[in-house]
Amino acid sequence: MAFRDAPDILTSRLRYEDSHTLERFLATGGYDGLRAAVARPADEIVEEVKTSGLRGRGGAGFATGQKWSFLPADVFPRYLVVNGDEGEPATFKDHMLIERDPHQLIEGIAIASYAIKCTKAFLYLRGEFALGHERMSRALREAYTHGALGRNVFGSGFDIDIVLHPGAGAYICGEETALLSSLEGFRGEPRIRPPFPAVKGLYQKPTVVNNVETLANMAWIVLNGGAAYAALGQGRSTGTRLLSLSGHVNRPGNYEVELAKSTFRDLFYDPALGGGIKGGREVKAFIPGGASAPWFGPDQLDCPLDLDEVQQRGSMMGSGSVVVMDETTCPVRAAWRITKFFAHESCGKCTPCREGSGWLEKVLRRIELGAGREEDLDLLLDVCDNLAPGLSWPPGQTTICVLGPSIPSPIYTSIRMFRDEYLTHVKEGGCPFS
Amino acid sequence: MTEQTETKKDTVTVTVDGKTFEAAPGELVIAAAERHGIYIPRFCWHPRMKPVGMCRMCLVEIEGVRGLPPACTTPVAEGMVVDTRTPVVKKAQDGVLEFLLINHPLDCPVCDRGGECPLQDQTFSFGPGESRFVEEKRHFEKPIAISELVALDRERCIQCARCTRFADEVAGDPLISFVDRGDHTQVLTFPDDPFTSYFSGNTVQICPVGALTASPYRFKARPWDLDQVESTCSTCAVGCRVNLQSSQNDLVRMLGVDSEPVNHSWLCDKGRFGYQAVEHDGRVTHPLVRKGDELIEASWSEAYAAAAKGLADVRDLHGAGAIAFLGGARGTNEDAYAWAKLAKGVLATDSVDCQLDDGLPAAAVLGLPRATIDDACRAKAVLLLGPDLKEELPVLYLRLREAVVDGGVAVVELGPQSTGMTRHAKTTLLYRPGEAVEVARALTSGRDPMPDAGGVRGEELAAAAGILGRAGEGVVVVLGRPSVAESGRTVAEAAAVIAAAWPQARFLPALRRGNVMGALDMGLAPGVLPGRVGLDAGREWFSQEWGVLPEEPGLDAAGIVGAAAEGRVQALVLLGADPINDFPDRTLARRALAGAGFVVAVDTFLTDSSREADVVLPAAMYGEKAGTTTNIEGRVTRVNQKVTAPGTVRSDWIIAAELAQRLGGDLGFDSTAAVWAEIARLAPSHVGLTADVLGRRENRDGVVAPYEGEGPPRHEAPVEQIEAAAAVHQGETLPSEAVAGAPEHAAVDEPSDDDDPAGAGRPPLLTFAVGDAGSTAAPPAVDAYALRLVAGRRLYDNGVTVRHSAHLAGLAPSPRLRANPYDLDRLGLGTGDRVRVTSSRTTLTLEVAADTGIPRGSVALPFNLPGEGAADLIDGTQPVTDLRVETTN
Amino acid sequence: MARLTQENVERAREIISRYPASRSALLPLLYLAQEQDGWIDDSAMEHIGDLLDLTPAQVLGTCSFYTMFKRQPVGRHLVSVCTNIACLLNGGYELLEHAEARLGVVVDETTPDGEFTLEEVECLADCDRAPCLQVNYRFFGNVTHDDFDRLVDDLRAGRLAETVPAHGVLNREQPPPVSVRRADAPHGAGD
Ligand SMILES: Cc1cc2nc3c(=O)[nH]c(=O)nc-3n(C[C@H](O)[C@H](O)[C@H](O)COP(=O)(O)O)c2cc1C
Ligand code: SF4
Ligand code: FES
Repeated sequence: MAFRDAPDILTSRLRYEDSHTLERFLATGGYDGLRAAVARPADEIVEEVKTSGLRGRGGAGFATGQKWSFLPADVFPRYLVVNGDEGEPATFKDHMLIERDPHQLIEGIAIASYAIKCTKAFLYLRGEFALGHERMSRALREAYTHGALGRNVFGSGFDIDIVLHPGAGAYICGEETALLSSLEGFRGEPRIRPPFPAVKGLYQKPTVVNNVETLANMAWIVLNGGAAYAALGQGRSTGTRLLSLSGHVNRPGNYEVELAKSTFRDLFYDPALGGGIKGGREVKAFIPGGASAPWFGPDQLDCPLDLDEVQQRGSMMGSGSVVVMDETTCPVRAAWRITKFFAHESCGKCTPCREGSGWLEKVLRRIELGAGREEDLDLLLDVCDNLAPGLSWPPGQTTICVLGPSIPSPIYTSIRMFRDEYLTHVKEGGCPFS
Repeated sequence: MTEQTETKKDTVTVTVDGKTFEAAPGELVIAAAERHGIYIPRFCWHPRMKPVGMCRMCLVEIEGVRGLPPACTTPVAEGMVVDTRTPVVKKAQDGVLEFLLINHPLDCPVCDRGGECPLQDQTFSFGPGESRFVEEKRHFEKPIAISELVALDRERCIQCARCTRFADEVAGDPLISFVDRGDHTQVLTFPDDPFTSYFSGNTVQICPVGALTASPYRFKARPWDLDQVESTCSTCAVGCRVNLQSSQNDLVRMLGVDSEPVNHSWLCDKGRFGYQAVEHDGRVTHPLVRKGDELIEASWSEAYAAAAKGLADVRDLHGAGAIAFLGGARGTNEDAYAWAKLAKGVLATDSVDCQLDDGLPAAAVLGLPRATIDDACRAKAVLLLGPDLKEELPVLYLRLREAVVDGGVAVVELGPQSTGMTRHAKTTLLYRPGEAVEVARALTSGRDPMPDAGGVRGEELAAAAGILGRAGEGVVVVLGRPSVAESGRTVAEAAAVIAAAWPQARFLPALRRGNVMGALDMGLAPGVLPGRVGLDAGREWFSQEWGVLPEEPGLDAAGIVGAAAEGRVQALVLLGADPINDFPDRTLARRALAGAGFVVAVDTFLTDSSREADVVLPAAMYGEKAGTTTNIEGRVTRVNQKVTAPGTVRSDWIIAAELAQRLGGDLGFDSTAAVWAEIARLAPSHVGLTADVLGRRENRDGVVAPYEGEGPPRHEAPVEQIEAAAAVHQGETLPSEAVAGAPEHAAVDEPSDDDDPAGAGRPPLLTFAVGDAGSTAAPPAVDAYALRLVAGRRLYDNGVTVRHSAHLAGLAPSPRLRANPYDLDRLGLGTGDRVRVTSSRTTLTLEVAADTGIPRGSVALPFNLPGEGAADLIDGTQPVTDLRVETTN
Repeated sequence: MARLTQENVERAREIISRYPASRSALLPLLYLAQEQDGWIDDSAMEHIGDLLDLTPAQVLGTCSFYTMFKRQPVGRHLVSVCTNIACLLNGGYELLEHAEARLGVVVDETTPDGEFTLEEVECLADCDRAPCLQVNYRFFGNVTHDDFDRLVDDLRAGRLAETVPAHGVLNREQPPPVSVRRADAPHGAGD
């Protein structure tokens, strides 16, 4: 499914109905990467990953190899924690990887654990993925039986356990420190940094937190070399990645694309990808990287799918979810709904996010329902500024974690782009779209 | 990510708002700035708890750092430049305040915090003008009681988590928690599981708004009507520093003051709310004199005359030895000194005891090398041979708990039952009541393998010995009375064994009554004189000033009660003592009161004992008088007067002085200050510790006696120095010498006229060694059909304070006999069953409960709860009390 | 009701042994209680607190943070309709309204027969099949109003019992036991 000529790194098995079974996995080169990895010194694997230029697919886009090397040299035990909490609205790639190719993830986790010298990894899996839990449980059992997990992996002397841990319905637990709190049995509240998880993470021990998709790349990188990975894409956006495309497109879905080689326009219109806008309508706005990302207008359609480029233009590729809104979309309603999400998901630990999210949601709802006042627009912007001073991207921050300063993204960008439509709501006493 | 500084400096240079200063590495910006007069607003940060950075009120700008980091979580770093007042900071802080206020009710006029609320204050100094929030505020049911003592108004809560963090981190009672999330987050208890922490009141004190309020204080006063003085809590002997607040001559509130060496700002609820007893209308407000069966109100002169005549008659007929004094551990040092002088210097009786056979022999308390609370908290290991600290010395428990949880101090617990400390202890050795000495011998024997001793297995002893080390180096023994059902002498002897084997170990007494240490220091015990000297050693020194002195050592409390029961003690003076409730053996105490021909009670309330008196002299209570008090460390601090005593009530020392006159003596002082001046002149351990010295700024936290003049206070001597001094004696064999050689005793044991011109002829301070405890009778062999009684105290008991504090009185639990499930099984019993319990004294019917914290063969019953209980069962004439337990049918 | 059964206590012990610190087992144990009873009542929280050496308040504090833990009884089928952005753009709210009408309840209510509880939820990560919903956390995508009606009928008739177990049953597969138990978990160096 990769776009243009790039290899299918993450999605090679998805054409099979039984892609989630061990049989299919083994028939398609499964666990070869792990076998190859454990036969080499761990540090070499770290080097390969560094060479690959792979950047985390969880949202922040931090270089994976570099993150691993932050672990203090001689502190054990240390842990790998896999972030499978996928909660960023409109992101559904990890969901697919877990349900459709669980062994690929298991293999990636084992390779990463070997590389960073840990013997216990935790897979924090979003609670709502019931099928994912069942598929993953079965796959883990198979992997133990197959010798890919447990003591003495493939006779190499390397021990690794993977503990499957269920989330329970809290978006914030995708944030890595909140995830650690949750995994320790606490409320899923983010922690103050420093110390960073690499130094004091799970149980105060050095910990690497990586996204599911990030780790799903490992076998390929080990088997093909970091350089081959780095040869894909461009600049600091190497390799391929899964983009979750949704909204008003004809063919919503997950697409593995080579980074930097195509544009949002390609993604939306290419017949092999989005296949065009529903009903042949126009793009009114789109969200390039998850609900937290500032919106883009049609003027950005030709922006390449490149992490740095998107950031330079004031937003982010984030978790790789792209939502297309056509001209029938009410921007106030869309911004309100996303804000409602944040208000619901704010952990409540810090004041600006806890109180600000609810306040903003109430004002937006009021405008959408026709009780808005003109001064509400300035109020919204000013309250947003108190969450993310300067209203720019990456955001300034008055909060503990980035959820808070993400709240303003849809609000200030939609007001900037569609101020008139906001004012129409105020003047007409309601939503012109309904 | 990890920083490495090449050269390790002791301080770093930082600049805050243009002011450059030095700060300790690791110090938080908010604290460093505050020390230099720059106040950064805050809500969630509390200097005694770990920072969480939640409220975001303390945001600042730091050069080179993106965004607005919170000053409360950011440690200073070399060359850091911080700005707390830029427009960006100002806007962020205004923003946070606005956020906090949008859901905060505007009920300041009816809020207990109104007028002393940082949210209110900061809204004035930092906040924006009027609210831009026109939406509906969040609503919760108005105040809900989360315990008997604390009410919670969730609408006012600003979610700073101070209370929940306190409950979890500091108190170790995580009974309140954040519930739900986002802007629905609220503080709650679990349904039907209230916040029954002994420390709940602290949450009220640290709540920055009026979300948590104390039931005893609710609507009692407005901050601007309050008047306050700093004082020392005298509920127990930890001696927490407090602010005592009154409104219109009524005590209305006590707040903890942050004393670095003592209470770190915390108080227990008994200390915090016990002031209610002072305001109780059942106080004795006028002297009472017995006419037939009745106590009739009398004038002071009638009462003095009656008291003096009764005492003089006994003295004249039976000799001074027939007069005895019990109590005096609840007043000030001045009170205690005055009573000691009256008893020993005027009446010439040495049968004086401030403890009621429920503590430890004076010689042990006064003569063992002493440790401070800080010493214990920084010790390599703590050996706890004493009561349940959580129940008896609650804030000491908090301090030690913190030392364990955060500081990694290893605690070895040695007792007849598990306690509040057990879950924090490295190991708990549960011994058979009465056999502490055997356990101490084994523990310090260095034998390998270790034999079983006192019911403790050898392996457990060996493990404990491994933690404690061989010579007691770095070990602090927290020493008190684990159970009043076994003789205090065995505990003292165990301590002597430890001191002899481990010359480097130091001891922190764990005795509970408010000023028991001061009373002992002032000589309210047999065989001693004020200033920690023995009766004979101090005879010459004191007789010059006091004139007469007792000819020979008198009786301790057990001896006094026993002798009174037999009619050998003819006159009893009760100094706030209630032997019927506080002496371990109630049967004997009753007989003593009946047997003593003449009883004078100096008291604040009529108790079961003072009701039996011939003369009752009403005494002032806490907050009604000034003076000094002494805590478990020997730390002397001031107590202050806040309100006027009711009726014609007088301070003890005045009563003592006036009574002395009627007895033909003259105590020689006419003011509290004069009493202290005499103490600071005469009492060898207190010489030079004048009011002047005590009043110094640097002595705000008190001065630990023995006072050593102008040098650095003993407790601040660098650890190395103490260790070095101790090391010198390591090779020596005589334990008593080694004890005497510990630095805190060196100066006073060998007084040198050069250093101490005032000290010429000053007697040496007491030391304590094996044998000094007196002989202890070995406990009888274990009878397979009997269970051996353990009786510890509970914080909420039947004592005067709790009984007369409206909000505490209901909190005393009802007594249950706790036993190991194994023993209950054996007897065919289960939790909730009622049983007949028989000792040599009496038979009671009680409810039983299974408790794995009680070793097999023992049963535990709290002492001094309302109603019949342990005191009725205990036979004080025996080293232990054995019980028979049978089903009621 | 509602303390864990003996069998579930055994399972709880096994779960606890997977983690270096027992408190980590709190969420899994809450799931165990929910699997047993369909929701989590106070005595279950107290029992879990006992097993993990936590106060009930600590258990409640954590439990109440997570939307999937139900502290009130819910119907046998928990119908969770997503209205977040991708579903909103594709008729999520219309579906939710239809569901209210069809079931005769409003959001967060349970049908009188105890069969269905309806809730509005955040993004379920199935956005390419918007509008989507879950029943007892099993996905149904591209749900038309007719689909919804059929779904309700099928569920009521027990025709989907295979794919949709009763509320509370999240994972019918047992994850494998770990090979390094807590007792011999490496501590300090040499992991
Ligand atoms: C509010 C919030 C939610 C997040 N949710 C997720 C998530 O669901 N999955 C994920 O992998 N990362 C999520 N992240 C990012 C993680 O904090 C973290 O950066 C990531 O898991 C690291 O993995 P990576 O380096 O492999 O990308 C979230 C971050 C924030 C601030
Ligand atoms: S920003 Fe929001 S989600 Fe993040 S810690 Fe603060 S309150 Fe919690
Ligand atoms: S005082 Fe610093 S965040 Fe609350």
